[in-house]
Amino acid sequence: MKIHEYQAKEILRNYGVRTPRGIACFSVDEAVNAARELGGDVWVVKAQIYAGGRGKGGGVKIAKSLEEVRELAGEMLGMRLVTHQTGPEGQTVRRLFIEEGVKIANEFYVGMVVDRSSQRVCLMASSEGGMDIEQVAAETPDKIHKVFIDPIAGLNDSEALDVAAKIGIPESGRGDAKQLLKGLYEAFDEKDASLAEINPLTLTADSHVLALDAKMNFDDNALFRHPEIVELRDLDEEDPIEVEASEHDLSYIPLDGNIGCLVNGAGLAMATMDIIKLYGGNPANFLDVGGGATAEKVTEAFKLMLKNPKLEAILVNIFGGIMKCDVIAEGVVQAAREVQLNVPLVVRLEGTNVKLGKQILADSGLTIISAGNMADAAQRVVIAAAQKT
Amino acid sequence: MPILINQNSRVMTQGITGKTGQFHTRMCREYANGNQCFVAGVNPRKPGENFEGIPIFGTVKDAKEATGATVSVIYVPPPFAAAAIDEAVEAELDLVICITEGIPVRDMIRTRYKMQGKKTRLIGPNCPGIITPDEIKIGIMPGYIHKKGRIGVVSRSGTLTYEAVAQLMEQGLGQSTCIGIGGDPVNGLKHLDVMQLFNDDDETDAVLMVGEIGGTDEEECARWVRDHMNKPVVGFIAGVTAPPGKRMGHAGAIISGGKGTAQEKLAVMDECGIKVTRNPAEMGKLLRSVL
Repeated sequence: MKIHEYQAKEILRNYGVRTPRGIACFSVDEAVNAARELGGDVWVVKAQIYAGGRGKGGGVKIAKSLEEVRELAGEMLGMRLVTHQTGPEGQTVRRLFIEEGVKIANEFYVGMVVDRSSQRVCLMASSEGGMDIEQVAAETPDKIHKVFIDPIAGLNDSEALDVAAKIGIPESGRGDAKQLLKGLYEAFDEKDASLAEINPLTLTADSHVLALDAKMNFDDNALFRHPEIVELRDLDEEDPIEVEASEHDLSYIPLDGNIGCLVNGAGLAMATMDIIKLYGGNPANFLDVGGGATAEKVTEAFKLMLKNPKLEAILVNIFGGIMKCDVIAEGVVQAAREVQLNVPLVVRLEGTNVKLGKQILADSGLTIISAGNMADAAQRVVIAAAQKT
Repeated sequence: MPILINQNSRVMTQGITGKTGQFHTRMCREYANGNQCFVAGVNPRKPGENFEGIPIFGTVKDAKEATGATVSVIYVPPPFAAAAIDEAVEAELDLVICITEGIPVRDMIRTRYKMQGKKTRLIGPNCPGIITPDEIKIGIMPGYIHKKGRIGVVSRSGTLTYEAVAQLMEQGLGQSTCIGIGGDPVNGLKHLDVMQLFNDDDETDAVLMVGEIGGTDEEECARWVRDHMNKPVVGFIAGVTAPPGKRMGHAGAIISGGKGTAQEKLAVMDECGIKVTRNPAEMGKLLRSVL
């Protein structure tokens, strides 16, 4: 799960991470009032969307008067902000964050992720503040310093100070940097984060170390113990189809193609998309109905796929294990009756109770193209979609 | 000897009284020598009771002492599953198979840390388990699709592994052992660990390796195969069409920061002498071609 910058900063402040003062706003008037309340003569108006690259897309701007705050807030609210992470359609800005301006001496990068090889949280730090860490990793990997954090002891003082020194934070700022890095790890650990990033981390003219930006993602599997994080979820930022799918406990990801696929198991679902592509088609979605699918769940899955206006054919690929083919077949029949199927349907069943499943489909009177194996299924659905076009 | 488990393995079920634990313990017991192999259950609130004749103990330690079981399979719900693994590790079991899906990564990081220097091996979590066909099945895979033979199978997936097994069977190829190592980012045995075991196993002639997007485990395994493996290995990687930055069902199946793409994995495997196919319907045929 993702959250907004201003929410991440609020969490981090509770762990001793210093940030500029700021106020979140939902309207132009609120933005002007926020700037007035913060005081000073320079403010930063920041669009709050989940995607990164906001600065380059025009979502972060400096204002030097309250009129300018009003003007910029008016421009940004409701605009479709396009960044390299939003895709060409962009994301509508509904929230702003007004922050006090800060005199910057130098900028750095710090981030934390779960490192799969060492099976620890990895702190990454670099002197290259404001740049994409992937770009730094590709172009100048020696500028990235890493600490693989001991999960029991946590990040210790000497590790934090050492990293601060390595990325070039001067002695006067290292105490601050140590506090920030340790706070960042504590927040990461206690809140079950999957990613935390401060980019840029700023050294101010008077040697304070501040988080100028902040990003936190959280482990979905741990949200059951973090109601305070779940509360921050902003459904406007998520694809409504994915939200609906998650309500039915379905794993659904929309893609650009025209062939819907309904599969049991994530690996087989990916392989099904791959084989459709291999035979010249284009998958419209990833959809894993999981191991415990019921007829109702299969019906919901069909409804989701059929919401896609580009859909021109559906492939159901099931390898029954614990999930029995007859249950899936019942679900397919029920769904086809309930949702008025207007695209060709190819079904490939294999595994537990396969004969019974095929019999149910055959007896249903529905027009179903039955396939013997994965290759056959993929070829048939690609042809069916092409004929529909 | 097949790898990790055989008909002489003695197994306890942690979480035997839950719906999933009950169902799968019953299925495993009905498979081959399961009746002799599944000897104990664990539930801290129900010691002294039994599940269809299988005695239930309050702790893993008690179950081990009373029955001699050295293998455990875990169906405990996600919030408590990592602690269940810890308990099995502390009781010094040989092998723990954690089926549970949805364990927080933070819990698994701590569990894996505590496992350092311990004898226990872990398969999973979020995996279908392990089967040595016609001897013993520990996990949730359908037993009847397998047959004893000389092909090793290692995979991060569940149903895609069943698909792979079915394709081997179409070629008349049975399996020595099939292992699903699971779809989580922080887990126990990796492709590489399982590959080493297959290499040393004189009942395995060749290995089918099934991977997916996310992480670099397949690449690390491929490099080891290039340098050390003395048996043919073939492979498939799922997710060539997966978009970056999206979790494809499995917690660990995500391309992040340009890393973990199927294309890169396939390229490294190919360079390392592993025959790969981009067609998931041809895994069985490909394996047949290297024998």
